[in-house]
Amino acid sequence: MSIFLTENSKVIVQGMTGSEGRKHTQRMLASGTAVVGGVNPSKAGQSVDFDGATVPVFGSVAEAMKDTGADVSVVFVPPRFAKDAVLEAVDAELGMCVVITEGIPVHDSLYFWSHAQGGSTRLIGPNCPGLISPGRSNVGIIPATIAPNPGRIGLVSKSGTLTYQMMYELRDIGFTTSVGIGGDPVVGTSHIDCLQAFQDDPETEAIVMIGEIGGDAEERAAAFISDNVTKPVVGYVAGFTAPEGKTMGHAGAIVSGSSGTAQAKKEALEAAGVRVGKTPSETARLMREVVGG
Amino acid sequence: MDLFEYQARDLLASHGVPVLPGGVAETPEQAEAIAREIGGRVVVKAQVKTGGRGKAGGVKLADDPESTRARAQDILGLDIKGHITHRVLVAQASEIAEEYYFSYLLDRANRTFLAMASVEGGMEIEEIAVSKPEALARIPVDATVGVDTARATEIVDAAGFPAEVRDQVIAIAVQLWDVFSKEDATLVEVNPLAKTPDGTVLALDAKVTLDGNADFRHAETRAALEDAASANPLEAAAKEKGLNYVKLDGEVGIIGNGAGLVMSTLDVVAYAGEEFGGVRPANFLDIGGGASAQVMADGLHIILSDPGVKSVFVNVFGGITACDAVADGIVKALEILGDEATKPLVVRLDGNAVEEGRRILAEANHPLVTVVDTMDGAARRAAELAA
Repeated sequence: MSIFLTENSKVIVQGMTGSEGRKHTQRMLASGTAVVGGVNPSKAGQSVDFDGATVPVFGSVAEAMKDTGADVSVVFVPPRFAKDAVLEAVDAELGMCVVITEGIPVHDSLYFWSHAQGGSTRLIGPNCPGLISPGRSNVGIIPATIAPNPGRIGLVSKSGTLTYQMMYELRDIGFTTSVGIGGDPVVGTSHIDCLQAFQDDPETEAIVMIGEIGGDAEERAAAFISDNVTKPVVGYVAGFTAPEGKTMGHAGAIVSGSSGTAQAKKEALEAAGVRVGKTPSETARLMREVVGG
Repeated sequence: MDLFEYQARDLLASHGVPVLPGGVAETPEQAEAIAREIGGRVVVKAQVKTGGRGKAGGVKLADDPESTRARAQDILGLDIKGHITHRVLVAQASEIAEEYYFSYLLDRANRTFLAMASVEGGMEIEEIAVSKPEALARIPVDATVGVDTARATEIVDAAGFPAEVRDQVIAIAVQLWDVFSKEDATLVEVNPLAKTPDGTVLALDAKVTLDGNADFRHAETRAALEDAASANPLEAAAKEKGLNYVKLDGEVGIIGNGAGLVMSTLDVVAYAGEEFGGVRPANFLDIGGGASAQVMADGLHIILSDPGVKSVFVNVFGGITACDAVADGIVKALEILGDEATKPLVVRLDGNAVEEGRRILAEANHPLVTVVDTMDGAARRAAELAA
């Protein structure tokens, strides 16, 4: 099995007709994802050709769901339109909405996250690479070619490129699902949500968790692991050398005063029994020891 | 972006929050003129984005315009914890009867906005939170609802504001929410919120942090808030080129793709550098997905302008980016830079089209470029070259 995303997932793309949306729809289709439609109110009724696959464009998420049975959307729309796009997916009661867009104001992302509470839509991101269940489905921008075969490891990460790096190092063992949860200060699906899902997934044997400076998500995840996760967890944290008060690329990657440091996160994870690597490659080696691959 | 006190004060005033009369000055003459306009006693405050101004001699009272000029003369140019004072705020001096605290902020951990209020103002809020946690009201604010008079009343009553100022503070709480939400702030903190002897409540000092992701909604106002004078010149040059660069103090210049990988690269270099007498990374630079020759040349130009840099580590994992395009970018960037490129470059490429990328670099055979296959090995080599 996999988490959140399976071979039965039917995916619509919000922002499919833009340049990023078009490029990544092509890539998702090429990796076997069932992309069943796009959403753009001004191009409803048209369709877009992708190397032989013809994908219809709908006027709204609700229409696309009604016509195609879609249960997942992926959002590529620019930051100023992202809030409305996500609210539309939530109000249509779509099962999952994956927000790739980087640069969404936090007042907007907190608004749509709050609006989604109590509803039926799982939000992933924003500012994330999406998620992939290799061999089954791929929603977002993670290159499926890095680790094409399904396997035994579950991965959850704040960072896109560190996800790619880790998947590449462990591509021979393979992954059930890799989830990029995003590097913004407020994201929909947390490390903890993914840890719980991997713990419950019979095919996932071990979990690699990648964190970075800022906030206390890793510390919370560590406490959750102590109490709830029996599968082995290997961790990596980026940002030991980041100075206080400077945003390091991701909007959420900032050490404020003495809070959000990589050292504190590493210590919390180790106290919870998580083996934490000093470099991505060492982390991959630790995972290899754990799963014997 | 953190604002200066005078910018925060102006922003609050533009949303109706009561503040004292005052103005900002860059010269002693301007300070004197502002004092003359205000009349009476004034306070001259250094405008630096750090705490502890008072102890450092950055806050002084002045009885008349002439002494205001002298105090401004003393304070302008003052180095406060590494921040040079370029401006002073000259504001009417106020007698304070009571000091309170009020803020709105983003509570990341609980994924909500938070109002914090206390009748014990004047000291750092971290101190209040530790020494008198019961005196600090913490009320979550739903982003989809915001703060109206009714919600503001709940906050103000939870903090136990005295009856004689209650209505004023409620009105200010609504105005501060207006600042917080309409200006796309992640922090609006008034400390102290002061009651004067005549019973008027005023924002005496404020900190505001604005969300850079919302710049597109505030195009006209935000550019003027940039602090060009104190910006690091390399960071300013990088920003002009649209590069995501943070200056650090080490010897190994870093270029990579993706924020997480670049952060990790800095760590791996520092870790490898321990072996070579404590060599450290010189910067953070994320060139993102594109990695065209021009972006690579711009990035290398910035890094090579840093006199502290002794070697450069280019660390790229080709996910969507193809390594052959990155390799091309490096070769062409070195051509563009010509004689400017004098420092050794260690390049690690992996992932998409890596064989082709390595072949391009091998064929170019540039005397400054060393290709190392692993990230840890390349970091070690770059640290060694900088030692």
